[in-house]
Amino acid sequence: MQEEMRMDPRVYLMGEEVAQYNGAYKVSQGMLDEFGPERIIDTPIAELGFAGIGVGSAMNGLKPIIEFMTFNFSLVAIDQVINSAAKVMSMSGGQYGCPIVFRGPTGNAGMLSSQHSQNFENWFANTAGLKVVVPSNPYDAKGLLKSSIRDNDPVIFMESELMYGDKGEVPEGEYVIPIGKADIKKQGTDVTLVSFGKMMKVALGAAEELAKEGISAEVIDLRSVRPIDYTTVVESVKKTNRLVVIEEAWPLASISSEISYHVQRYAFDYLDAPVHRVTSLDVPLPYAPTLIEAILPNVEKTVKAAKAVLYRN
Amino acid sequence: MEKVKNKASKNGKASQTKHPKERYQFWFENMLLMRRFEEKAGQLYGQQKIKGFCHLYIGQEACASGAVSASIKGDKWITAYRDHGLPLALGSEPNALMAELFAKATGCSKGKGGSMHFFDKEVNFLGGHGIVGAQVPMGAGIAFSEKYNKTGKVCFCYMGDGAVRQGAFHEALNMAMNWKLPVIFVIENNGYAMGTSVQRTSNVTELYKLGSAFDMPSEAVNGMSPEAIHDAFYEAAERARRGEGPTLLELRTYRYKGHSMSDPAKYRTKEELEDYKNQDPIEHVRGVLLENGWATELELETIESKIKDIVNASVTFAEESPFPTADEVYKDVYAEADYPYIID
Repeated sequence: MQEEMRMDPRVYLMGEEVAQYNGAYKVSQGMLDEFGPERIIDTPIAELGFAGIGVGSAMNGLKPIIEFMTFNFSLVAIDQVINSAAKVMSMSGGQYGCPIVFRGPTGNAGMLSSQHSQNFENWFANTAGLKVVVPSNPYDAKGLLKSSIRDNDPVIFMESELMYGDKGEVPEGEYVIPIGKADIKKQGTDVTLVSFGKMMKVALGAAEELAKEGISAEVIDLRSVRPIDYTTVVESVKKTNRLVVIEEAWPLASISSEISYHVQRYAFDYLDAPVHRVTSLDVPLPYAPTLIEAILPNVEKTVKAAKAVLYRN
Repeated sequence: MEKVKNKASKNGKASQTKHPKERYQFWFENMLLMRRFEEKAGQLYGQQKIKGFCHLYIGQEACASGAVSASIKGDKWITAYRDHGLPLALGSEPNALMAELFAKATGCSKGKGGSMHFFDKEVNFLGGHGIVGAQVPMGAGIAFSEKYNKTGKVCFCYMGDGAVRQGAFHEALNMAMNWKLPVIFVIENNGYAMGTSVQRTSNVTELYKLGSAFDMPSEAVNGMSPEAIHDAFYEAAERARRGEGPTLLELRTYRYKGHSMSDPAKYRTKEELEDYKNQDPIEHVRGVLLENGWATELELETIESKIKDIVNASVTFAEESPFPTADEVYKDVYAEADYPYIID
């Protein structure tokens, strides 16, 4: 964010606790000092209001980054995202666009119970007019965030509280990662594991476990779930003939069901087994750790699903 | 533009000499265009040439004309779905607006918006928005960018009386006042949110008083008086340009027609309607022009006839224009030219 703000004076950051508090999760640490209160703006707790202010300012020439403390709180602002940001270009016949980034953490973050542990990637991905980016590691996060800020369309950028402390190689210099291109994080031949965001750790962990048993998994990071890079997935399935999708959201009308549809439609003759998926169980996520463990996707469940599509025990 | 403050206009009873002849001429022609355009639109809706929802502005014309005369070039405008009046008042091409009602490719929004979503960048009209109250924070955001870029321009953000019961209204007013955004929040209080009267939606029925919750300068204005509206808007805009922040203006007005074309408006009385028609802003301005000798009957008839021609020409233009073709489907959804749509 800082690099982009240095380059483009139209970019500003607005949200709860982003300025004086240095970010609820310290994402914007030091930015108030560098850019001042005109560009790093604390808001009252009024997501609908400040999301709308972001949209109006984007229509009128600025490039806002609107931070939701978590995407759970974005639901009171979803009218502005779906009905305003995603629609204004079409409704105005292309006269007004909305180059805006809505960012913040998504998904479970420990024992926070049901209202703070939800995934809405598929909700936003359903809406034409939006782009939805979900990075899985620090390197990707920087390159994808830069692309998102530079993008002239509204972008939903979904992070994770549990990954803010992750360490990884991030080059100082300039690089961008295009939105809509999946990344094969690990090459393999026996089964394709597709995931995105925080669940990439589960997918990669499962690939390691499978390797111990002589199973070669190819692991694909979608990086964005609107648009989805179907080609990379289909090409991989044509090679491995087997697919497991790992996703933190609930199963119904999810990214995994979308991927499954697409693969049966375009790689039907290549599949040697039905597509399996590992999602959260079809219930709200409660507080107790035993229940969380039972509900969330994990390495063990993923290994089991991979073996199921390989017909191995 | 206006430098002379018109004290007498506070209660809507403007001394007719305080505003110059040219302004009355502007108001007359401007409001008459809205009135005749809307009458024609209503007629065409009845003939099913115009589809979708159609919310007419008839009766509320002064709310647009009085505001436009008090604005400067570069000011921004946004409103809800009763949006035919503002762009007409701002000088949008009637042809493009009528074509939009006809869902034609030559429409101001290329036939993709319809009655509720007029947009015209040429006149800084940032739309017609269909979710009640959603345009209020957007208007604050438009003003935010004007302040960010230190332009000295303001945003006029319109809404109906129904919008003030939405959370978005209160959140936007709060931040706009706290941040001193150059925005004028304009409630066009026509008494009814669809069919529900103001009295039935809250104990607070004097809507301008809602501004006091945010320490915002607020005022009720006679919404049938272009003079009163001009003065109130001028004062509010000047305050915003000086960096002193927003104003809430409640324009007490009336829509002569139902909420939309499908509404016979049985929830109100004939007497109430007649009472407002007696305060008709166009008739008022006509009277001032004639009484002061600023126009003759003949001259006004000539204007009437010119506007009739403009409106008729817009209908011809709309009827003769093509509908958007199927290759428009994937246009104007993303700024990105080669977005990979899902095409099964």
